[in-house]
Amino acid sequence: MKGAPNLNPAKDVEALFVGHMGESYEHQGHTGPTLADWAGLLPMPSMRLESACASSGAALRTGIFAVLSGMHDIVMVGGVEKMTHRTTPEVTEFLAMASDFPFEQWHGITFPGLYALMATAHMHKYGTTEEQMAMVAVKNHHNGALNPKAHMQKEVTLEKAMSSRVIAWPLKLYDCSLITDGASCLILTRPDLAKKFTDTPVHIIGSGQASDAIGIYEREELTTLKAGRLAGQEAYRMADVKPKDLDIAEVHDCFTIAEIIAYEDLDLCKPGKGGSLIEEGSTTLDGEIPVNTSGGLKSKGHPVGATGTAQAYEIYLQLTEQAERRQVSGAEIALSHNVGGSGATAAVHIYRRG
Amino acid sequence: MSETHPFTIESFYKFVSERKLMAAKCSKCGTLLLPPRPVCTKCLSTDFKWVELKGKGKLLSYTVIHVSPMQFQSMAPYTVGIVELEDGPHLPGMVRDVEPEKIRVGMDLIVDFYQSIPSEWPLWPRYFFRPL
Repeated sequence: MKGAPNLNPAKDVEALFVGHMGESYEHQGHTGPTLADWAGLLPMPSMRLESACASSGAALRTGIFAVLSGMHDIVMVGGVEKMTHRTTPEVTEFLAMASDFPFEQWHGITFPGLYALMATAHMHKYGTTEEQMAMVAVKNHHNGALNPKAHMQKEVTLEKAMSSRVIAWPLKLYDCSLITDGASCLILTRPDLAKKFTDTPVHIIGSGQASDAIGIYEREELTTLKAGRLAGQEAYRMADVKPKDLDIAEVHDCFTIAEIIAYEDLDLCKPGKGGSLIEEGSTTLDGEIPVNTSGGLKSKGHPVGATGTAQAYEIYLQLTEQAERRQVSGAEIALSHNVGGSGATAAVHIYRRG
Repeated sequence: MSETHPFTIESFYKFVSERKLMAAKCSKCGTLLLPPRPVCTKCLSTDFKWVELKGKGKLLSYTVIHVSPMQFQSMAPYTVGIVELEDGPHLPGMVRDVEPEKIRVGMDLIVDFYQSIPSEWPLWPRYFFRPL
């Protein structure tokens, strides 16, 4: 395997944890053994973890548990989704299944609609603007254009983003992440064993996860994702890292407003100041804290089940100086923030260069 | 009443078909549950009674959906919002009978009811919100 040439997956890996959101796309469930079979990894134990768009963030955390418990020495964690063969209305319907059915889906609220409700509330409470949201798209497309594995490797102008067609007002086409096919995986092991396979390991030093009400209407606030905030606090505490110590972050920009809210939930800025943070350029590649160097879900793409470990893969590249034209030189400490659905799940991990 | 109407979402929508917006009130701690649930999420009591809500409230947030799921395509674009009911709970739903450009956060709305019931599961009629 690239990055670990001495590793023989079928022989050395002991278990497989796969994030996968929906069987609706391909009429294929039971994804753990399906992938173990197709990847030549039988008969190792395998399982699917479903936490909507945070499925592989949850798989990553479960893999950490498996190694830390002593049950397994080496595990593979990853995720997969195949989406582009379906029509947009079909994908819209399948994605919505991760939200509350009887009160949200039943009344025609889509996923973009849920984040649009958060955006309207954020605009009303804090004065966040549609331009600031579009700036997230411009930044992430700039980064994605530098990523040879990004789905949409092209820049977008502020004017083009602002004038794109409305999906769920105030969110327009360029405020939405992409419908993408993709897969990603990582090998997890103990630091002492990692030396057998690589000279450049990346250490996972913090992990946090939390849940919130499935319906956004039942939450205390529409302008923050409490699960994201709590998962971030837990990960920071475990890693003994402060937000200002971070060199880079990959955050869950399923919609541009979600990146602005993530800045606030992860304490990269104060509540309500996320719009200013993007406008000041603090999160660009050469900013104070580069966010979504991969292009994010916005430009790299969002194959939902694969996203959590795809974020971790970008961090692996950055912390091992392999991110080429988008490399943040000398990055030592990084964070990934993976949100499930409209925020009922969030998983945050913190990493350190080995 | 609870014998004929268990504290479920099915019962909630059965009441909607009778043009009533009902929530479950915990007899022990007084928490108002909407959606109704069989166990109180605050005190774990299973002792409830149904209460009818006035259905008036203020719009907390809204969006205009242009790209919709398949079954709503004939209605798009349509407005959905979350309403903070005077009775306490927050409830999402479509906002009708008002031009999208006249919709404002904080505006007063009241619940109203459609009569039609779908022909396959779930057999739930829909409520919606309109200006007072």
